[in-house]
Amino acid sequence: MSASAAAIDPARGRAAPIRAVPGFRTSLGITLLWAGSIVLIPLLALVLRPLELGPLGLWESLTDERVLAALRLSFGAAFLAAAIDLPLGLLLAWAIVRLRFPGRGALDAALDLPFALPTAVAGIALTALTAPNGWLGAPLMAMFGWKVAFSQAGIVFALMFVGLPFIARTLEPVLRDMPLDAEEAAATLGASRAQTLWRVVLPALLPTLLTGFALAFARAVGEYGSVIFIAGNMPMVTEIAPLLIVIRLEQFDYAGAAAVGLAMLALSFVVLLAVNLLQRRLRRGRL
Amino acid sequence: MSDGTIRPERFQPAWQDRPWIRRLLAVAAVLVALVMLALPLLAVFVEALRRGLPVALDAIAEPDTLAAIRLTLLVALVTVPVNLVGGLAAAWCIAKFDFPGKRVLTTLIDLPFSVSPVIAGLVFVLIFGAQGWLGPWLQARDIQVIFALPGLVLATLFVTFPFVARTVLPLMQEQGRDEEEAAATLGAGGLRTFLMVTLPNVKWGLLAGVLLCNARAMGEFGAVSVVSGHIRGETNTMPLHVEILYNEYQFAGAFAVAALLALLGLVTLVAKTGLERLSGRNGNLA
Repeated sequence: MSASAAAIDPARGRAAPIRAVPGFRTSLGITLLWAGSIVLIPLLALVLRPLELGPLGLWESLTDERVLAALRLSFGAAFLAAAIDLPLGLLLAWAIVRLRFPGRGALDAALDLPFALPTAVAGIALTALTAPNGWLGAPLMAMFGWKVAFSQAGIVFALMFVGLPFIARTLEPVLRDMPLDAEEAAATLGASRAQTLWRVVLPALLPTLLTGFALAFARAVGEYGSVIFIAGNMPMVTEIAPLLIVIRLEQFDYAGAAAVGLAMLALSFVVLLAVNLLQRRLRRGRL
Repeated sequence: MSDGTIRPERFQPAWQDRPWIRRLLAVAAVLVALVMLALPLLAVFVEALRRGLPVALDAIAEPDTLAAIRLTLLVALVTVPVNLVGGLAAAWCIAKFDFPGKRVLTTLIDLPFSVSPVIAGLVFVLIFGAQGWLGPWLQARDIQVIFALPGLVLATLFVTFPFVARTVLPLMQEQGRDEEEAAATLGAGGLRTFLMVTLPNVKWGLLAGVLLCNARAMGEFGAVSVVSGHIRGETNTMPLHVEILYNEYQFAGAFAVAALLALLGLVTLVAKTGLERLSGRNGNLA
């Protein structure tokens, strides 16, 4: 039985739902008040304030070379970090679901750490690790001459940390529910294990990999706390877009700050839309 | 766990990876987890205790740090109940009723997760800041929102907005509407139905949502950093205090406060895992 059994409302002549459970108006009212005042109206300010600059001013504000460099860095580093996280996340999810080894439970629990650790804590911890005298930074410097902290590599590393659980945790339930028969059938029909993984398992996981990528990417683009400690924050080189917003606000350039914020949201939206379309094409191609 | 995995020691079917590959994958996974997950956490505590526990405790007992802890607790104390009530109302009306615009509302609730925390702080400066929409009006009446407690609360409300609704909504949807309809048929009002029928069904999930909301409220950095003004002892929350100490090269103090925050995260993580077992669900944190 459903509460939405439709009846004809004679006054309007179309289906109007009968609500069996009371309390709809009150709960919707609270919800709209809550969502409107905390999220909707504030975001409206983000959309409207940049308009004060006028079309030309907005264009100039956004094509400033420092802004372009910051946007390129934020989106590039987020893309790279999410891309590196894909195989790492797949490995972790695979290990948790398909393998049995001592420490698997601990690994499963530790996977949520980047979610649970406040970003400022992650920021100073990752910086301490990758600084030239850190546990990871010292050997990397000695062996390869790599400078991680206070460089673009450090930004990518911090974003990898932040994004890793998004990919692994998105894959995990799908991997768990994936029937083994398909792999079994492929093997019975003479496919090698590598062929099975490449032709059967990977295509089945591809839409989920994309979802995980999109989540990790979206989070990484806006990430602030875990990045600013490790980045070094050199204008044009290691200055991320969110930091530029902070800097413009400190100069009381509200409209300029809002313009950068709006550009970030618009660009993320385009990327997420592209991922979504790609996913749809994949799904249709498989059916 | 009965997920159909066949024990490798019994036999080796052709559709399974060879044992040495499985071992290699396990070792690789453990290595990745060690470097990417365990080392950062370990670094926090090692750095905090580098000069001994007494030094770390002294750093936490400093007046400015204590003020930061008090402020963080206060902000969480205000924001969590607001998002608890709002989140519950939203989950209830999305799960139990059909109305036009439902999908838009569901999307709206998730929106703060995909917005940069800095933007979450920025939007409130645009409205309440010195050159914000309401700035002059507020200044004329000597009301401080930005660089004061109200600003911190608003920015935190924004970033913790989805947590309760997100954890409770799938549980309520799974529950269906039969029980609420039965209660209504028997004459229960909306509030009574909600309190006595719906709420008991989602209590563990709700508690998990509240814990996550609280952890994020206490640990938030970016959004709060934009609206705080960083006045020591007044508008400095714990994460912001970590930054100040760190930038002043007081590493022992910075990592001591950071370790406190990390403990909060760990406790939340353990509690969340326990609650998921209780409610028999495997949900995601973010």
